[in-house]
Parts: sequence; structure tokens; C-alpha cells
Amino acid sequence: MSLMRILVIEDDREAAGYLVKSFREAGHLADHAADGLEGYAMAREGAYEVLVVDRMLPKLDGLSLIGGLREQKVETPVLILSALGQVDDRVKGLRAGGDDYLAKPYAFSELLARVEVLARRRAGAAGETTQLRVGGLELDRLAHTLTRDGKDIPLQPREYRLLEYLMRHAGQVVTRTMLLENVWDYHFDPQTNVIDVHISRLRSKIDKGFDPPLLHTIRGAGYMIRDGAR
Amino acid sequence: MTALANLFRTTAFKLSLAYLLIFSIGAGVIIGWVSWNVRRLLDEQIAATVEAEINGLSEQYARGGIRVIVDVIERRTRQPGASLYLVTNFAGQAIAGNIAQLPPGVLDQPGVRETTYERQGELGVERRALARIFLLPGGFRLLVGRDLEDREALRRVFSRALLTSLFWLIVIGTIGGLLVARRVLRRVDGMNDSVRSIMSGDLSRRLPLSRTNDELERLTINLNSMLDRIVELMKGLREVSDNIAHDLKTPLTRLRNRAEEALRTAQTPDEFRGALEKTIEESDTLIRIFNALLMIARMEAGSEIEGKTDFDAGDVARDLVELYEPAAEDAQMRIETDIASGLTVHGSRELIGQALANLIDNALKYGASPNADHPSIVRVSASAEGGQVLLRVGDRGPGIAASEREHVLGRFVRLEGSRSRPGSGLGLSLAAAVARLHNGEIRIEDNAPGLLVTLVIPAAAAPPVHTDKTQADRTQVDKTNERSEKTTVETAR
Repeated sequence: MSLMRILVIEDDREAAGYLVKSFREAGHLADHAADGLEGYAMAREGAYEVLVVDRMLPKLDGLSLIGGLREQKVETPVLILSALGQVDDRVKGLRAGGDDYLAKPYAFSELLARVEVLARRRAGAAGETTQLRVGGLELDRLAHTLTRDGKDIPLQPREYRLLEYLMRHAGQVVTRTMLLENVWDYHFDPQTNVIDVHISRLRSKIDKGFDPPLLHTIRGAGYMIRDGAR
Repeated sequence: MTALANLFRTTAFKLSLAYLLIFSIGAGVIIGWVSWNVRRLLDEQIAATVEAEINGLSEQYARGGIRVIVDVIERRTRQPGASLYLVTNFAGQAIAGNIAQLPPGVLDQPGVRETTYERQGELGVERRALARIFLLPGGFRLLVGRDLEDREALRRVFSRALLTSLFWLIVIGTIGGLLVARRVLRRVDGMNDSVRSIMSGDLSRRLPLSRTNDELERLTINLNSMLDRIVELMKGLREVSDNIAHDLKTPLTRLRNRAEEALRTAQTPDEFRGALEKTIEESDTLIRIFNALLMIARMEAGSEIEGKTDFDAGDVARDLVELYEPAAEDAQMRIETDIASGLTVHGSRELIGQALANLIDNALKYGASPNADHPSIVRVSASAEGGQVLLRVGDRGPGIAASEREHVLGRFVRLEGSRSRPGSGLGLSLAAAVARLHNGEIRIEDNAPGLLVTLVIPAAAAPPVHTDKTQADRTQVDKTNERSEKTTVETAR
């Protein structure tokens, strides 16, 4: 993933410091704003790819901040961080103009994966192309067919959607909850290994008998489809 | 003084004042009406008497002339209680009668009128009379009248009656109002005392009852049952927080021990890394438990959730079966489905999805057939029945003894034999909370063999009508609709 400019708007110094440090370690540029008004000003001025906004902020709360930015036609993708991890809080957050929502406490790997996907979505990199290609794997989104090195691979509808999501985010880490959200459209925490089993089936279809393997497990985070040759 | 001021400010006293005003006006109207009617009656009688006398006198004049009339009048004026008479000649000089003085001009116009006069022998005393003036041939004028003293006396009696009754009405009304107000105020003050002591922490206290069975009493009874309910809820809340404290402490202790042990014994970076990874895993479990608890608590608080929609519960069942099928196969189990179509419910697709996911998850974890000859089959079915949508998950596992079925819905309950497996004991509690939030319920039954768990959700009151449906289909939908409305109301009770 190429370098991103990220603005963290979070009033808890320690949490913010941890986030900024972790983003920098992951190779991104990260700034910090400690309250809603400062965050609002910085988000309007600076050219950020992604905003990470805490819901409860002094001076201007997170949802109003997002509403204000959207009113000013600032369309920078926003990930909302919230201590209120309830179903309807998420609905409220997204309705207010947020693009993604993560409940505290979270794993940084989950946050990073989501932030990278948001930034990429904005860049429009893998948006509307009809052909998705990773290594020798080719997915035709019009004909709904998949080939690897020229050989047809039949897929179930759900496997198709799973692979399509992975390939649209090729080179990015995709977490289990992101898969459940985007492929199945449910937002709860998949407690057991249900997603892993789906992935291992998919892997046996697209990687078995081919070289190099394309679908990788990223330990402690999720999955990534990537051209191993690179 | 403030006590008295309080008394004057009470609703009861203000109501008494309002009634007092209404009754005073009523009394005034009645007495006024009676006196007006009596007066009219008297006036009519006087007019009739005067009329009769004038008729008689004018007949005698026709027969015997002025002299006869003068004689008759002089005779009559000597009798006690006599009427008033005055005869004048063409020059306006009095020739007979008992009237000494009249206001000027009274005799000019014939007809009936009320006038003042002075009687002969008591000059200077002005009296009132009703009189008729009559023209006799030959320029004579005849006045016959009656004194109005009786009528005036009657008027005085009536006005005195009116004043007296108003006076007593006000006195009695005010005192009565104050008494009633004081009685009500005393009861309300008693209630206030109790409420204050309840607010300051004495939750066992209740509002005093008066055994009158009036509206205040019924209000008191309701307030008391509300207090009972609050105490009950608070007790439940305390129990929950005790449970939470207890059940979070166990994994927290484990987490701490593991970190401590790593500090003590780990030597290589790999060992440290391993210990840290375990620690993160452990804290993730904690977070999950915490989230589930919060979610249950939030739903049980009964607050309305956002994001409710009409959706097909069958689609949710199909989604989840599809999600869990590979995991089931890995566990050497098979999922069978029997999912009807058009099972519209109104609610949170997320929550109902999660509840059903928990049920399927449980079936996969604990529903393996104990008998190796029988295949482990999990059966997921969705159907509509009497305005309700039933989402069923049945397994062929060991099941749950009838005595423990209610118990298992509680938080953190994990039956013997399941403790060794991963899980928090919150899955079924969460499903039950979701069901209650949607005015439904969870049923736990014997699947003979195995366990059958049913998530019951009322069908949506207004399922979306698809435009491509045939007329017959639409009628079907309407019928289901009517039934479901009825059931929703019943469930809501």
C-alpha cells in the first residue's frame, strides 16, 4: 500500500499517540487533532486521504464534525471510532456521513486494514473495471467467469463474491469482519472459524495445483490476495 | 401563615371558590326571577282593581253626573285601605279625592302610569302609586290609583333574602372549601413526605393509603406498584452487575496470570511473543464477552433501536445456513433446510441474524450426534404460523434436560460437558434478548433426539406488496397481514 496521509481526531492523548505511531510504523503519514474544532479545521485545510474520528470529542462531537465537513463538500473518507459498539450506533454513524465504523476496543490490524480500504476506495483504483487480475488469476465481472493461467475455475455465487471482494482489494489486508460485512452484509463478530472455512475452500479452488499461491493468510489480521511474484 | 397560604393555593380550594361563584349566580338568578314575577303579578292585580273602579265610577257619572261621583269618592276615601282618588274640573282644580299633591303634568295624559304623590293629611311624605287617568265628559278628569307600598315592601323582603343567602353561601362555601382543601392537602402532603423519603434512599417505603377508593387512592395504588416495579428492576440490575463482575474477573485473572507467568519464565523472544499473542487472544475474548453483555443489557433496557426494517426472515436463514455450511462440513455435520418464502418481519436484520447465527453456532458446537451410527444433522427451518415467524434450529445431539431448559437462557450459563469448549455462555441469552426486543420469544424443546430451539418473531404488520404478484397472491398476503396484526397486539400485552 502506498503512503497515505491520515488525520487522527481523538481526545485521548495516549490512544492518539498509539495510533499515530502505529500508522507511521505502517509507512503512512499521520497527524493528530485533540478536539473536534481543531480536527474540523485541519480536515478542511489539509489534504488527507482518510480521517479517523472518535465519536465523543470535546468542543465538537464526532458526528457533527462529519456532518459539517460533508456540508462543506469535504468528501474525505471517514472512519468512526466509537466506544458505543451497538447496532444502532453504527447506523447513526453511517447516516451522519461516516464511511466505516469500528467499535472500541479494536485491534490495530483491523483499523489499518479498514483505513487502507477506505483510502483505496477514494483513489478509485479497483472501482469499476470489468476485469480483475492478480497474477495468473483473471475474474471477468461481466461474464462472471474465473480463469487461472487460462484454465476455467467454476465458482459458487458466494465464492465468486468473496473472491471479487478480495481481488478488488488485492495487495490489501482484508479482515474476517470486513468479509462478513461486505460479502454477507452482517456486522456481528464471527465468533467461530466460519470465514476461515470459506477462505480455505476458495483457496483450494484457486491455488491448488497452481504456483505461486495467491491467497495468503496474514497472521493476527486476516487475508490478502497478492501476486506472489512481486 | 404559609400553611394557610398553601391551603388557599390548593386545587380543591380553587374548585370550591369556582362552585361558590356558580351557586351565588344561581341564587341571584332564582331570587331575581321570583321577585320579578311576583311584582308583575301584583302590578296586574292593581291595574285590574283600578280598572274596575274606573268602570264603576264612569257608569255612575253617566247616570248621576259629577255630584254623584264626588259623593261616592268622599264616602270611599273615609274607609280604611282606600284607593287613591282625585277629580279635577276643567280648570284643573281638585274638587274631590284624597291626594294632596301630584307632580305637574301627570293629569294631562289619560292612561295608566306610575307616579309619586302626597296624601292628604301627611304632606311632605312622598309615596308611589300606580294610577289611571280618565277623561270624563264635561272637562272633568278622574284619577284612580293604588298605593305601591305593598309592592315596595315585597321588594325589600326579596333583596334582603338575596343578600342574606349570598352571605351564608359565601361563609359556608369558604369554610367548606377550606375544610375539603385541608383534607386533600393533608393526603397529598402525606404522599409528598413518603416520596421525599423514598427519594432520599428508603426504597422500602410506600405511599400511605386512605381506603377511600377515590381517584387519589387509585393513583396512590398505581404509584406504589410502580415503585415495586422499580425496586424489582434495580434488584435485577444489581444481580446483573454482580454477575458481570464475577464473570469478567475469571478471564481477567487468567489474563493477568498468563502475563505474569510469561514475565517470570519466558526466556527467548519467541516465548515472549507467544505469551503476548495469548494475552491478546484472551483480551479479545474479554472484549467479546463485554460487548455481548452490553448488547443484552441494552436490549433488555427495552430502548427502541434504530435501523429497523421490513425484511424476509427466510433470506436471513438462507444467508446464515450458507455462511455456516462449510464449517458444518468440516465438523462432519450436515445442515438441512426447510425455509418458506415471504416471511416478512419488522425489526433489526442484524440482531435477528446474529441471534440465529448463535443458534446455528450452538448446534454445530454441541449438537453432534452421540451415536456414531446416526449422522449429525442440523436442521434449519423457517415458517409462518398464526402471525408469527418461527426460525427453528434442531440438532441430533444430547439435547438439554427439561428441567434445565429455562435455566440455560440465563447469562453465562454453561452446562456440564460444554465447559471444556470455547464459548461464553451468552449466545442463548443474547438470542433470547433479541427475541424479547422484537416482542417474540425463544422456545427450547426436545427434538427427540436432540435439541430444538425456536426463535419466534411476530410477522410484520405490513409486509411490502410486490407489484409483480398475482391477485391471488396478494389476497394471501392480506390475510396473513390481518392475522399478524392481531397477534402482534396479543404479544405486546
